[in-house]
Amino acid sequence: MRALQVERSLPRFAAARIASRPLALRLGEADLPEAPGPDWVTLRPKLSGICGSDLATVFGRSSRWFEPIVSFPFVPGHEVVAETDTGDRVVVEPVLHCKIRGITPPCTACTAGRTNRCENLSAGHLSPGLQTGFCASTGGGWSGAFLAHRDQLHPVPAGWSDEAAVMVEPVACSVHAALASPSEADRCAVVIGAGTIGLATLAALRSLRSEVTTLIAVAKHPEQRRLSVQLGADYVAEPSELRRAVRRATGSWILDSGQLTGGADMVFDCVGSSESLVDAIAVAAPGATIVLVGMPGHVGMDLTALWQRELRLVGAYAYGPEARAGGRHSFDLAMELIASRDLGRLVSARYPLDRHCEALEHASQAGRRGATKVVFDLGLEKRR
Amino acid sequence: MTRPGFVLEVDRSTPPILTWHGEGYRLERLPPGRSRVIYPPEATEALSDPDRAIREALLNPLGDSKPLPELLSAGMRLTIAFDDISLPLPPMRRPDNRQRVIEAVLDLAAGAGVDDVVLICALALHRRMTESELRHAIGDRVYDSFAPSGRLLQHDAEDPDGLVHIGLTDAGEDVEINKRAAESDLIVYVNINLVAMDGGHKSVATGLASYRSLRHHHNVKTMRHSRSFMDPEHSELHSSNWRMGRLLAASGVNIFQIETTLNNDAFPASAAFLQKREWEWSLRDRAGFVASSKALSVMPPRSARSMFQAIKAPHALTSVHAGEVEAVHAATTRVVHRQQLVDVQGQTDIAIFGLPHICPYNVNSIMNPILVMCMGLGYLFNLYRGMPIVRKGGVAILSHPTPWAFHPVHHPSYIDFFEEVLSETTDPAVIEAKYEERFATDDWYRHLYRTSHAYHGVHPFYMWYWGAHALEHLGRVVVVGGDPKAVRRLGFSPATTLADAFEIASDVVGRDATISHFHCPPIMIADVH
Repeated sequence: MRALQVERSLPRFAAARIASRPLALRLGEADLPEAPGPDWVTLRPKLSGICGSDLATVFGRSSRWFEPIVSFPFVPGHEVVAETDTGDRVVVEPVLHCKIRGITPPCTACTAGRTNRCENLSAGHLSPGLQTGFCASTGGGWSGAFLAHRDQLHPVPAGWSDEAAVMVEPVACSVHAALASPSEADRCAVVIGAGTIGLATLAALRSLRSEVTTLIAVAKHPEQRRLSVQLGADYVAEPSELRRAVRRATGSWILDSGQLTGGADMVFDCVGSSESLVDAIAVAAPGATIVLVGMPGHVGMDLTALWQRELRLVGAYAYGPEARAGGRHSFDLAMELIASRDLGRLVSARYPLDRHCEALEHASQAGRRGATKVVFDLGLEKRR
Repeated sequence: MTRPGFVLEVDRSTPPILTWHGEGYRLERLPPGRSRVIYPPEATEALSDPDRAIREALLNPLGDSKPLPELLSAGMRLTIAFDDISLPLPPMRRPDNRQRVIEAVLDLAAGAGVDDVVLICALALHRRMTESELRHAIGDRVYDSFAPSGRLLQHDAEDPDGLVHIGLTDAGEDVEINKRAAESDLIVYVNINLVAMDGGHKSVATGLASYRSLRHHHNVKTMRHSRSFMDPEHSELHSSNWRMGRLLAASGVNIFQIETTLNNDAFPASAAFLQKREWEWSLRDRAGFVASSKALSVMPPRSARSMFQAIKAPHALTSVHAGEVEAVHAATTRVVHRQQLVDVQGQTDIAIFGLPHICPYNVNSIMNPILVMCMGLGYLFNLYRGMPIVRKGGVAILSHPTPWAFHPVHHPSYIDFFEEVLSETTDPAVIEAKYEERFATDDWYRHLYRTSHAYHGVHPFYMWYWGAHALEHLGRVVVVGGDPKAVRRLGFSPATTLADAFEIASDVVGRDATISHFHCPPIMIADVH
């Protein structure tokens, strides 16, 4: 089968970073890994999304934090709708936690059902890897086939398009983020970033957090602005306009130094850059919660406000049972959200593996090119 | 004898025409055979002895008013209110008219033994003036006599303890004005009448009013029914102010109005070419144009702005009238019209307005995009009597760099208006209904208006309303040489050159459209028949 693979090569990662080209990625023939046990099945991807974390990896911008929890060579692709050998369509919950790794007893987090916080991402009968798509033992969605444990599979409802199904994993991340901050009446929430995760977070907040009375989105590009309004934003600001937008919404004042006297109660950073986090802290009210949704890397900033205003900075990674939704799983909530808000329309472009450079360039420039989610179409691949 | 304004029909021998472009100007060649240039009258003669003229006006009032000395007595409360930074344009050389008049009034008050005298700058909802601006307007002697003792005030339209509700007009309009002024035995109002809509009852009824009162005439409906502001008989803005002024008089508020007029001498001799007809430019004028244009083309915008804002006009006093408000203003208006009216026959398909560096609301500040709109469509478009110089459904071409730039101290609510309101709609009626109240009552804007040097939170709305009549009248607005993003936010079409603007306009008015170039400043009023 053909697959896009990432190999461990520091020169390639460095060159990719400098040239802003996916030089760490190689398209070639690859063997399907051997199944680690009887509970594993072969999946043939239909669509496989390109995520921000994938782009950071192939363009050499990923944090070295991941080094011990990935294994090379790996096939990226963790946002997948695929077919089993029996022709059933499934989406994959990619976290490779204790049970998937055959570890007993499971770690404390997995025992509590919080598999996204698993402590054993480099142990067990699989190679290190935090998720499918970062693990040499499983393969990933950017290929003709890969392996998945039965517990990772979620059936796709009848009548669903592949586009809707491929959105389940990223939307589940957004659902998890939207439910990550405390709940109080009359909240002002800000969502920074209007890519797939930002837009899905907007939709999740509007659907799952009725106490959010004012929802401000930060979007740079016209199509992002349009979708933000459609998905529930009360107001859409450009990044440079955010502070004033929050001031207006919250009745704050702007002091001479430019800081707000008040601010938003919840801020969701769906970008993960220094700039977005600086903005998030700048518009957070005293005691507010800032949720890091977009994968951050190295950031540099003044944290005085975080200290003086007693802000809470929390991460939101992956998915699991959601306490704020009665213990329902993020994937189930995501499926409801996708169906009710027609989030399959966020899939903007499909590419075959042969055009992976074009696909990755498109994905990295999605906002300015009027796109949201760019995916690989492996259906074309299977016919080869 | 100064020459009146006139209309030049452009032919092949017509030289390129000077067109203002913010802190700069360009020479633009207009299509022959279908273009005309409307030139203002030359500066009328100045009064030879301004101080003597002022004294005579105070002693020989118009209407049923007594001479000022007879209205002054020991033990009375006297309030002298005066126009703010928005007049005149550009600011005039010292001594300013206000200084001359206030000094004359104070001399008489001192002679009559009046001790309780307070000066109030009639800001309405404009920004508070700085000390240097006040010193320039009223002179160091007056400033030093009144400011240290707290007797030089700036009207605060948001001071709950400093306003008094006089009543309602027969049209249901609230009249609420400055309490100190209303409770004085006499208000002496010192005005500079730059254009016909200044002065009269507008001086007190607007300059010393609250938002509650102003909103009755500073609104979309009034602006759309003021055709134009410069023609009192057809101005709903004028009518509303007159109703309010008459209520003030009927309520016992005594006003002694002093109005002064200026001639068209707007620029210093070194820039005389700016108010000359192009074919009469001397070698020195040409050299001045070339040298200044070259310098401006390489100068950072901030430096150019500082240079232009430093201009002090050699405006000269042409008349002074004092006494009863309406009689005074009628006399003033005749003088203003004599200086500014230009006979124009018929309308054209396109009007070109070159926007200068200054408007009433960016003195020592930045002409932000909202003020560009207001200057072009609120002021220059409305400088007509009879009918606009451009036909219904025609095109206005504005020339201005229109930078996406705002003065953060002077115009804080403008920034929000531009970012929030105009990104949603440019329809004045929708803007008024959906957003005005929130901006007008915003605590932060109120705080900045009262304690800093910020225009009131509602002020950008009024700027947009000034252009409401033009927006309704025009088929398209094109801005030459503006920041495309800012121009689009205004709802207008950006063009790189005047030729491009004509091309864009041709979609609306065709390729053989007739064109008027409004050669302003200096200020004029097109009397369109």
